[in-house]
Amino acid sequence: MTDSYLRPGLPAPTPQPDGLDAPFWEGLGAQRLLLQRCNACEGWQWGPEWCCHRCHSFDLRYEETPAEGVIYSHERVWHPVHPALKEQGPYVIVLVELPHADGVRIVGNLIGDPEQPLIIGTPVVGYYEHHTDDDMRHTLLQWVVA
Amino acid sequence: MTDRTLRGKVAVVGVAETEYYKWGQSPDPEFKLAIEAVLKACADAGVDPRDVDGFSSYSNDRSEASRLSAALGCRELSFASMQWGGGGGGGSGAIANGAAAVATGQAECVIVFRALAQGQFGRFGQGPRMKTVSGPAAHTLPFGLMSAAQMFAMKVNRFMHDHDIHQEALRAISLASYAHAQNNPRAVMHGRPLDEATYDASRWIVEPFHLFDCCQENDGAAAMVLVAAERAKDFPHKPCYVLAAVSGSQHRAGAPVHNTPEYASSGFTTVAPRLYDMARLGPGDVDVLQSYENFTGGVLMSIVEHGFCKPDEVNDFLTVDNLLAPSGKLPLNTSGGNLAECYMHGLGLNIEAVRQIWGASTSQVPGADVALVGSGPMVTPVSSSVFGSEGTL
Repeated sequence: MTDSYLRPGLPAPTPQPDGLDAPFWEGLGAQRLLLQRCNACEGWQWGPEWCCHRCHSFDLRYEETPAEGVIYSHERVWHPVHPALKEQGPYVIVLVELPHADGVRIVGNLIGDPEQPLIIGTPVVGYYEHHTDDDMRHTLLQWVVA
Repeated sequence: MTDRTLRGKVAVVGVAETEYYKWGQSPDPEFKLAIEAVLKACADAGVDPRDVDGFSSYSNDRSEASRLSAALGCRELSFASMQWGGGGGGGSGAIANGAAAVATGQAECVIVFRALAQGQFGRFGQGPRMKTVSGPAAHTLPFGLMSAAQMFAMKVNRFMHDHDIHQEALRAISLASYAHAQNNPRAVMHGRPLDEATYDASRWIVEPFHLFDCCQENDGAAAMVLVAAERAKDFPHKPCYVLAAVSGSQHRAGAPVHNTPEYASSGFTTVAPRLYDMARLGPGDVDVLQSYENFTGGVLMSIVEHGFCKPDEVNDFLTVDNLLAPSGKLPLNTSGGNLAECYMHGLGLNIEAVRQIWGASTSQVPGADVALVGSGPMVTPVSSSVFGSEGTL
């Protein structure tokens, strides 16, 4: 696998058994960010829902949106709560707002120096982190300062 | 509309807690702790436990109402209620549900309780250990976002950024709780005072939370007894009435993956106005505040959303002097709260509010007539309650 931002051993994401978010995970594997969009009112929504929260249409699609956003909020974690992170040291989680998709938000890590300054509003771009070295293949969308 | 209120219809006539322990140190299992708390609350009220006919709890309490009713030999069970939602968001909501049952004649004597033995069933501050994850958590856990502190720090960072709030405001909340705990022999942190230098030097858990911004992990149980207001004077304590108790959250607070529109919020922006409407009073009438501290940042936003100060006044308003009983502008968490008394999922804060109305707190606010409780900020639903003396009716 490529080097991952966090040490290996955290729970690996798998699509929901009911299929609701499967296109999202498949998209990440192909280095594409696919999020829900309503065919009736064209509104974006995330996380995934079975109907559009605006117009209640069940006619939703997954549509690609650029992996470009701004830091909506952030946190620098120091205290590990999982054995895999015991030797990790500090790490950064960002909540990224996606202006090309009605401002919906997505969670990821901010790649780079874990003690870098964290400033709300900073533009960031996506980085596809492929985990391929075990039976739990998956891809995470991470972020770097643009 | 006048009948559609809980105001003044229900009284709290007994409260109690077990001994409070650091997690893992209770000699007793959780269900036994629950029974002990209920029996002690009944003894405090002078109620025969067999006359309890309702139980109300929250956060998926494991001590199920029918089991409690059977174990205690109650004559019958008339009301059994569980408030949806996690964390301590249901602390006041469980009181609202129990009070509604009493006020509408569904039950005569309802116990509101919470029993929690994190030593027996697992610590809240630890991440999950499964190999794979699906559903909403799949969009957060793989990034190391897995504890309550990590779920909420980003809300607080955004709020502090938007309103230029300084770390000292969080520190003042923590110091006030610890100061009050030094007067309270029930408090786990009794005898362990906290000063500014110790707070400042303490390790980060997740910025902006130092160790002392985070609640404890504990074992114990707590309970209170509700009866109809007409009976309030038949019991040993001076009357303490439920003036309001409501729960809820704003538009799409439960939107997954941190997508709630009103993100930098404790969740009270719609709850607090309904609370004050029901109580027929405002923040200026509140003598003492118990505000749930999962983390100090949640208290900060709760104080703003309950109208005690504006966001841009936080740095000036949240000082230790303002938050200390007996004479601060807004005495806060006078038992030591979740930070320094015990993390009994916040029911201890409701009990402390009642004790303030009774004049029985270990950090008493002289003549307190109105006590407000905000339960479980940043989860959904949250809830709030107001308790008042006879003079407030």
